[in-house]
Amino acid sequence: MHIVVCVKQVPDTKIIKINPKTNTLDRRSAPAILNPYDAHAVQEAVKIKKMLGKGIISVLSMGPPQATAVIKKSIEIGADRGFLISDRAFAGADTLATSYALSKALERISKENPVDLIICGKHAIDGDTGQVGPGIARRLDIPPVTNVIEVSELNESESTVLLKRKITSGYELIQAQVPCLLTVEKEINSIEYSPMPNMIKAARYEPVIWSVNDLEDVDRTQLGLKGSPTIVGKMFTPPKPEGGKRLEGNADEQVKQLMELLSDKKELFAPQ
Amino acid sequence: MMEEYRGVWVFIEQNDGKIEGVSLELLGAGRKLADKLEVPLSGVLLGYKVKPLSQEVISYGADQVYVIDHEVMKDYRTESYMQAVINLAEKYKPEIFLYGATANGKDLASAVATDLSTGLTADTTMLDVELEKRLLEASRPAFGGNIMATILCKKHRPQMATVRPKVMKALEPDPRRQGEVIEEPITLKEEDMRTKVLKIVKDVTKKVNLADAHVVVAGGKGMGDLQGFQLIHELADTIGATVGGTRDVVEAGWLPHEQQIGQTGETITPKIYFAIGISGAIQHIVGMKNSEFIIAINKDPEAPIFDVATYGIVGDAMEIVPKLIKQFKEARERGGEISYV
Repeated sequence: MHIVVCVKQVPDTKIIKINPKTNTLDRRSAPAILNPYDAHAVQEAVKIKKMLGKGIISVLSMGPPQATAVIKKSIEIGADRGFLISDRAFAGADTLATSYALSKALERISKENPVDLIICGKHAIDGDTGQVGPGIARRLDIPPVTNVIEVSELNESESTVLLKRKITSGYELIQAQVPCLLTVEKEINSIEYSPMPNMIKAARYEPVIWSVNDLEDVDRTQLGLKGSPTIVGKMFTPPKPEGGKRLEGNADEQVKQLMELLSDKKELFAPQ
Repeated sequence: MMEEYRGVWVFIEQNDGKIEGVSLELLGAGRKLADKLEVPLSGVLLGYKVKPLSQEVISYGADQVYVIDHEVMKDYRTESYMQAVINLAEKYKPEIFLYGATANGKDLASAVATDLSTGLTADTTMLDVELEKRLLEASRPAFGGNIMATILCKKHRPQMATVRPKVMKALEPDPRRQGEVIEEPITLKEEDMRTKVLKIVKDVTKKVNLADAHVVVAGGKGMGDLQGFQLIHELADTIGATVGGTRDVVEAGWLPHEQQIGQTGETITPKIYFAIGISGAIQHIVGMKNSEFIIAINKDPEAPIFDVATYGIVGDAMEIVPKLIKQFKEARERGGEISYV
């Protein structure tokens, strides 16, 4: 069983600050981390490998050279090896161009060692789109199953896997043929503490870095900014609503006023 | 080439023969775009035994409904739905194609955009068209900042977007509205499918249903820590409200993701919304601004939450909320002043 996990380096949105003048992110204010959903994706691959008692876990990322940090982090969690595709030709890619570049890298990885399962996080916390995972699946012509909350019964002889997929009203139980691509929710597992040997391995690990020239049959017009059909037209601050009334006085007076206002609106409390 | 593409389409998501609210909202939004562009608005309805829903799609504003009614389409699956939608889009060539930003809508749109090699904007909260070039202007909060970004797709068609539920308004349905129902055949076979939905399990234990709550008490990072956040639960318990929180609160582990309100959580429109210790980042505001009556409590008089609040209290939540709880409890003992859910 060869599992590839796609991971992304993102700014830590918990810490990032907003520049009050431009209303945009001050990226220098935030450390770069492994996208939290992707950490769960790596953890799930480790779980599956344990369940089967064998297998190999590769991680794949696209980004600047410093994105090797998230591959090392994945090794800590339990991945066996990692690949980074890094090239100016990939820069400025939207989700369509990103899924194209990653699928080309996956083709190369697969050539050496056929891939059975691809796991991605549900979405990256910087873009929040969730579009790259299904995009990769389409390009490789394998079925995508998104919002997965449980992987069970990986039947190697039948090449099937049983999945729980989260939907609004509950979940679906899905049987998918392998190879397939999963995107996972955070609740699928909890991140375990990395064992010491993994930490040591990660510290010494040097991921394989590929440029665009290392990938085969690449149509360069589909890469990066050039290959991205979407562009940011404009940025704007939404019209500021007027805002309502501020209650005056000390805390007790404010609470009293609020209680009076709410008792005038008590019909709002009742279910319709 | 691009001139061949005309018309505005909406993917009609249905579950168990019931059309999702967001699809009806998108028919409302799509109607405006179609009228501006002077083109028809069409619904794309897929499923099994769903043809009778066509009239509902028309009554909410569609001129046409493309229907694929087949057993293989019974449950949503990326591979079958995607194939059907791609075939339709290649045959009839819409210029704009909108989907609800639900789990299935996002999944489907992502796959379709890849095959059609076109642009897709995720989680849109505003839609408009630029008439001269017939460009869809799909706007969404830009990552992190308190700012919106308008995404354009200039050279590819159809222009696609997923749209957040509960931000667009559905039209009043007109049952007498006339429209055309176009049934399309499908050649997919069950045995060719690589995924099977074995069963759908409804989660009946789910206690928190923010989407249907009348009164929501939401807390933010301003509650200090997990212990401070207990005040939010206590106030909610006292008035029979549902608890929600910001992304920060969920990431800190004070609440499960199901209770997150905002761009990457739930969009809700309760009757009463308490925003306590919430500064009001745009990501949060888009998830609650259409609530009927918003009460904000925050230390910072400049906090943007006050811009959308009906009533604002500038003060320390740690001081105000316990007083509120006490008042509500006393009111309940006296009886009758405020009816509780």
